[in-house]
Amino acid sequence: MAKLVAMVGGGLATLTPVAAGVWMSLDPLRRKSAAATFLPIADVSSVPDDGMPRQFPVIADRTDAWTGFAAEPIGAVYLRREAGSDTVQAFTATCPHAGCFIELDQRDRCFRCPCHNSSFTLDGGIVSPSPSPRAMDTLECEVRDGRVSVKWENFYSGIEAKEARP
Amino acid sequence: MSSASGPRTGSEPGRRGGPLKKLADFFDDRTGYRAFVHEALYERVPGGARWRYVWGSTLVFAFITQVITGLVLWSSYSASAQTAWESVYYIQHEMAGGWLVRGLHHVMAQAMVVLLALHLMQVVIDGAYRAPREVNFWLGLILMKLVLGMALTGYLLPWDQKGYWATRVATNLAGLVPMIGPSLQQLVVGGPDYGHHTLTRFFALHAGFLPGTLIGFLVIHLILFRKHGLCAKQPLKKPDSMFWPDQVLKDVVAMLAVLAVVMGVILLPAVRAMVEGRPIVPGELGAELGAPADPSQPYAAARPEWYFLFLFQFLKVFEGWGANGEFLGAIVVPGAVLGMMFLMPLIGRWNLGHRFNVLFTFAILVGAGLLTGIALQEDYAALWADREAYADAEQLIEETQNDPEKIATALGNDETRLAEFQAKAHELEAIRRSEAFLSAVQQAEFDAHRAVELAGRPERIPPGGALELIRNDPLSQGPRLFAQHCASCHAHVDPTLEEAPAMLAASSAANLYGFGSAEWARGLLDPEAVVGPAYFGNTAHADGDMVSYVTDDMTDADTWSDEQIEAVVLALAAEAAVVSDESADVEGVDADRLEQGRALLADEERCGSCHHAGENETEIGYAPDLAGWGNREWLIGIISDPNHERFYPETNDRMPSFGVAEEGGVPALSAAEVGLLADWLRGDWYRGE
Repeated sequence: MAKLVAMVGGGLATLTPVAAGVWMSLDPLRRKSAAATFLPIADVSSVPDDGMPRQFPVIADRTDAWTGFAAEPIGAVYLRREAGSDTVQAFTATCPHAGCFIELDQRDRCFRCPCHNSSFTLDGGIVSPSPSPRAMDTLECEVRDGRVSVKWENFYSGIEAKEARP
Repeated sequence: MSSASGPRTGSEPGRRGGPLKKLADFFDDRTGYRAFVHEALYERVPGGARWRYVWGSTLVFAFITQVITGLVLWSSYSASAQTAWESVYYIQHEMAGGWLVRGLHHVMAQAMVVLLALHLMQVVIDGAYRAPREVNFWLGLILMKLVLGMALTGYLLPWDQKGYWATRVATNLAGLVPMIGPSLQQLVVGGPDYGHHTLTRFFALHAGFLPGTLIGFLVIHLILFRKHGLCAKQPLKKPDSMFWPDQVLKDVVAMLAVLAVVMGVILLPAVRAMVEGRPIVPGELGAELGAPADPSQPYAAARPEWYFLFLFQFLKVFEGWGANGEFLGAIVVPGAVLGMMFLMPLIGRWNLGHRFNVLFTFAILVGAGLLTGIALQEDYAALWADREAYADAEQLIEETQNDPEKIATALGNDETRLAEFQAKAHELEAIRRSEAFLSAVQQAEFDAHRAVELAGRPERIPPGGALELIRNDPLSQGPRLFAQHCASCHAHVDPTLEEAPAMLAASSAANLYGFGSAEWARGLLDPEAVVGPAYFGNTAHADGDMVSYVTDDMTDADTWSDEQIEAVVLALAAEAAVVSDESADVEGVDADRLEQGRALLADEERCGSCHHAGENETEIGYAPDLAGWGNREWLIGIISDPNHERFYPETNDRMPSFGVAEEGGVPALSAAEVGLLADWLRGDWYRGE
């Protein structure tokens, strides 16, 4: 009996700080990234209409734990317009393979990721063989009164399905 | 434990001796430390001390070095997104001995990885994992994982571009773990985005959890090592000896060798600087510090630390496997290899199994070495590639815009030639990738150097962190903004460079290199240059009034003497007062000539007939205003809105208004960005000593 009480008591005594610690350590799971909202990116006229994408910064207010940043670059998108079209395509610059920053190779007319050599066509399609499991992630895009807004989202990398992070 | 047979030093009855001996006796009576020390030192080494036994000791030495340097670094480090880079900058570049402590910590970490591999190899070759030492082998593997974990977490702590982007990849890979991956990733990152809590968590792991756990396991590892005794390599060649001093001496020599190598790596650049006669900058010794982490700034030079390079390269092996490839490469295969290692003591029970283990370990190490070699080869291929050999393929790609059909036609639909071309094109692409990587590394070095220069300004780093400095620095942002918004028409190239003519020919607007300087103005007023590609040659202004005035009127020596033209050049340069242009220094030039130049500019029979300048009555609107030509405000004006009446309300060729938008719209460039561009073009940025 004494043994049992000692074990349970000792266990409880230790478990209390452990449980409190675990509780606090799990806090990040409660944090959500800023809700996917439409952010103004640029005037449609500044998107070349020759099918060559152009990179634009995504500017938004951002909080990092206790710090609030007003109007900061939080990422980048590529906007693209087919010749003579007003429809704008938007891609996030984040590589779906491992999250590096995709660059535009104007000379070879394709996208390239500098990390593991994934390449994509100008319309975001995958160039096989590629380490990337899927094509570049498109973003929802709205053109209103000549202005382009993009629904800014982050996606899980390394999987086939394009799945937005909560 | 060991059956000690060394000289006895334990406390004996009948105490004699001086006060020191009495004090020692006092403590020994109450702690028994002499017996403890004795046991620690007089371990029997079967077959005598040998060099092959030193690896464990060198690892302990390396770890102790890490603890000491780590604690000191800790006392000056501040883990947050606005202070991590800044505090590491301060350690590296300003604190006394900071570069040495950080260098030791950084290089010893790498030495530790090498020593781990050596220790593991020695244990496997000697079969030291066999009964009864299985558990201790497993403990060793756990210790190895802990060390690698510390290496991984430590890489992020300076919060520079290199660590930031490498960690993004590493944590994204953690997200691939089945079921718990996404949550695991969010826990490690400390939220959905990288920031303060990524740092605080990585720091807690790096300096608390991991080393704490490591110390615990290390103690058990050492106790078990002593319990089983040294696993002597058979056959024994010499008589047994004692750990102290025979083996300790060898261990100490090995530790000194490790330290010498580490110090050598730290001090090598200093030696090189000395040989080349350059001054030694302590901040550039030891560990690198990149530019501050910037999520919005691509970092194409992102690579893991060299000892993880084989894992990085391994991911490329699975090209074309889709999601399975990454899962296999990042989780399954490394997991299987580690699992295999845990099974080694069991497999090694049989002689054949032991041979398999040795072979397996070698295969893994050789494989890792090969992958590392390939990774380096791919990145640096351009350094030794014969670029000339690919000129024809490159030209064909350019001419056909890489259209397969056009290429086939150009090669006469000849299969052999086509195959030859494709092989070449494939190699060419690899070289270009390498070139892109090398230029990214160069850019990264430039950014890092610039960040340090800015951080060292007398005004110090603002509370918002060093990133603010970079984002507000014309020298850092100017070239990027120019490349993105201006370079599709304008060139920005020193005309004296070898590659300048080709770049100028490809541009369709004026070369803005040195815009506002006397040199630039001189070219504008030169009848040959003004029609060339560096000025108006490739623009609609080629047929304009300015060009005809320069080529016709100004070449008439009766109307314009060389001296007068030079006076105008000086007057224009004085208006712009470009920072980098010495001739713009108004006090440095002849006041009379300047006055003459200003008068010529305003003269309504000459420049003033079209341009408003000085006090003249010419209305603005026909030609650009020369009052304040090329100064900051003027440049901001023309970049923002070239159609403004001060510039080209009627004759603007193609230039967009970057700083104004239609009602409610977003301008292509913010006011701050236009200002950065103007400052960069004018060479107006902070210059260190």
